[in-house]
Amino acid sequence: MDAILLYIKSYLDSGLTPGAAGNWFWATVYILLVFVGLSVAVIAMNWLERKILAHMQVRLGPMRVGPHGLLQPIADALKLLLKEDIIPAEADAVVFWIAPFIVVLAAFTVFVVVPFGPTHAITDMNIGILFMLGVSSLSVLGIVTAGWASNSHYPLIGALRSSAQMVSYEVAMGLAVVSAIMMTSLSAEGGTLSMIGIVESQLEQQEWFIFKFFPLGLIAFGIFAIAMVAETNRAPFDLPEAESELTAGFHTEYSGFRWSLFFLAEYSAMIAVSSIAVTLWLGGWLRPFPSLHGPEISIPYIWPPSDASAPRGVLDFVFALFPGLTFLFLGALCFFNARRMPKHPLFKIQTMGLAGFGALLGLIGLVLFIPVARDRVTDIFWFSAKVAAFMYLYIWYRGTFPRYRFDQLMKVGWKVLLPTGLALLILTAVVGMRVELLAQVKEAFQR
Amino acid sequence: MNLTANPPVATPYFFYGLAAIMIIGGILVITRKNAVHSALALITTLLAQAALYLMLYAPFVAGVQIILYAGGIMVLFLFVIMLISIERTMKERQFNKQWLVGIAAAGTLGGLFIAVYTTTTKGRVLFPQGTVSYVEAGNTQGVANLLFDRFQGTYMFAFEIASLLLLVAIIGAVVMAKKRI
Repeated sequence: MDAILLYIKSYLDSGLTPGAAGNWFWATVYILLVFVGLSVAVIAMNWLERKILAHMQVRLGPMRVGPHGLLQPIADALKLLLKEDIIPAEADAVVFWIAPFIVVLAAFTVFVVVPFGPTHAITDMNIGILFMLGVSSLSVLGIVTAGWASNSHYPLIGALRSSAQMVSYEVAMGLAVVSAIMMTSLSAEGGTLSMIGIVESQLEQQEWFIFKFFPLGLIAFGIFAIAMVAETNRAPFDLPEAESELTAGFHTEYSGFRWSLFFLAEYSAMIAVSSIAVTLWLGGWLRPFPSLHGPEISIPYIWPPSDASAPRGVLDFVFALFPGLTFLFLGALCFFNARRMPKHPLFKIQTMGLAGFGALLGLIGLVLFIPVARDRVTDIFWFSAKVAAFMYLYIWYRGTFPRYRFDQLMKVGWKVLLPTGLALLILTAVVGMRVELLAQVKEAFQR
Repeated sequence: MNLTANPPVATPYFFYGLAAIMIIGGILVITRKNAVHSALALITTLLAQAALYLMLYAPFVAGVQIILYAGGIMVLFLFVIMLISIERTMKERQFNKQWLVGIAAAGTLGGLFIAVYTTTTKGRVLFPQGTVSYVEAGNTQGVANLLFDRFQGTYMFAFEIASLLLLVAIIGAVVMAKKRI
């Protein structure tokens, strides 16, 4: 028994990811945590998307199920699970059955390497970014087979559009990623494809890659930010499921549980590509302004952190308070809205529920002020906050941009993003090697 | 990061499982009448092959295998196959009558493998039993050094020639497809 406890405890001070430490217990815990966290994020995203879109269009959005519609996604999920699962008579049953699973597998597997913190990843692969791009590109197989297996016109056209779109934007996406990877090779340990290594080289160079070689990093980030919207089939690139033309595109014939799998996969793929963007250009788990520390301070029991190598400046302290403050703010928001709920007795339970939810959020916020908890999750907080910003951008795009026409989409992909990406790649290489190149030129002149 | 401290996770049973998946997938590729089913079986085979590369501590090759074959080429395969009328091909008989020659060729190849594996020259076998050194952490860098290093990179020219070959294929496809360019 003690041996088991020791095995579990031994990981905590190792400073490695569970995969690198080879610890089965913590690897399982991390996998479960990521899975649950992802599902909760998808549920929250569903609610937020409907609410934010509604507010952008001056509507209220879901208001009936739970306070401010907070329980709406759960009601939706229940409805989808109870719905009849229809397989069209003329469909290819086996392929129809497999397709949603391919998409979900591809969308969830990539989270094996997503670095939520220097130790908070399931594992760190030598080929991290390559693995993410490769596995997430497998989801197009699921979409194509879904469209074909339905044996119906709209899904087939949707699948054709989707595969054409994803294949063409993958190229530009890859070029942007390569330019970021070339930037990692300027740090002392040399270039790396590992997701944790990429963030660490940003820490070492004291610069997020989005600001590196300004404006080259910014342009690369821009290309990726456009291509990733197209990769995930979201507005304004949502032609594969254009409602007005194809009813629902490749998943027209799907219903119930299988449809909800497509839904789950779409949102977790959005989170996955956002976390690639955050890792490559926005410094991953690093807090904003990671190079500024301010004068060192010390407060008994609270600061500095127990980890001796951690920076201990006043700015570090202020940013370490952010996770707790954010949750306290969210909890206060819930209380504020609970007070504004209608005073009618029918709303009593809802008001109490909202206040209880606010109390829960506040409690989480208070826990995050405890130094042990704070030091362990600050990195997760910053990573998630950056990804959440991308999620908001996705909703914002959907609320503001009209859909592209298909030829426009192809033009943007092949005639704008691809040449820009190629030029960017060469420019990044030249600027990165400028010292060596100048030395060579000088040498050639002297000869 | 010290990877050698941990024993390898992938036991021989992983190899047996993956090999079984590959063989079953390969048989399904040639026996299914429905071309889309064949393509899906081929994807399974290619993914199992990528896993085999992982077992050989070559993660970079595995990643490229997934991106290029499973992700890129097979999508284009499916893309084309989807547009073929499945009803007609389902009725057609599979017309390859060369199974006798095929079995002979496969048997010869298998015999050759066994012969090479068991041959001893001066008491030494070609594939001696032993432990490999786990170079997983340096695989990507190793491939890059082999290709592009100024001193030991001997394959750069061959690599560039291969990419030129692909370019020729692309230009050829455009010329074939378009009457007027």
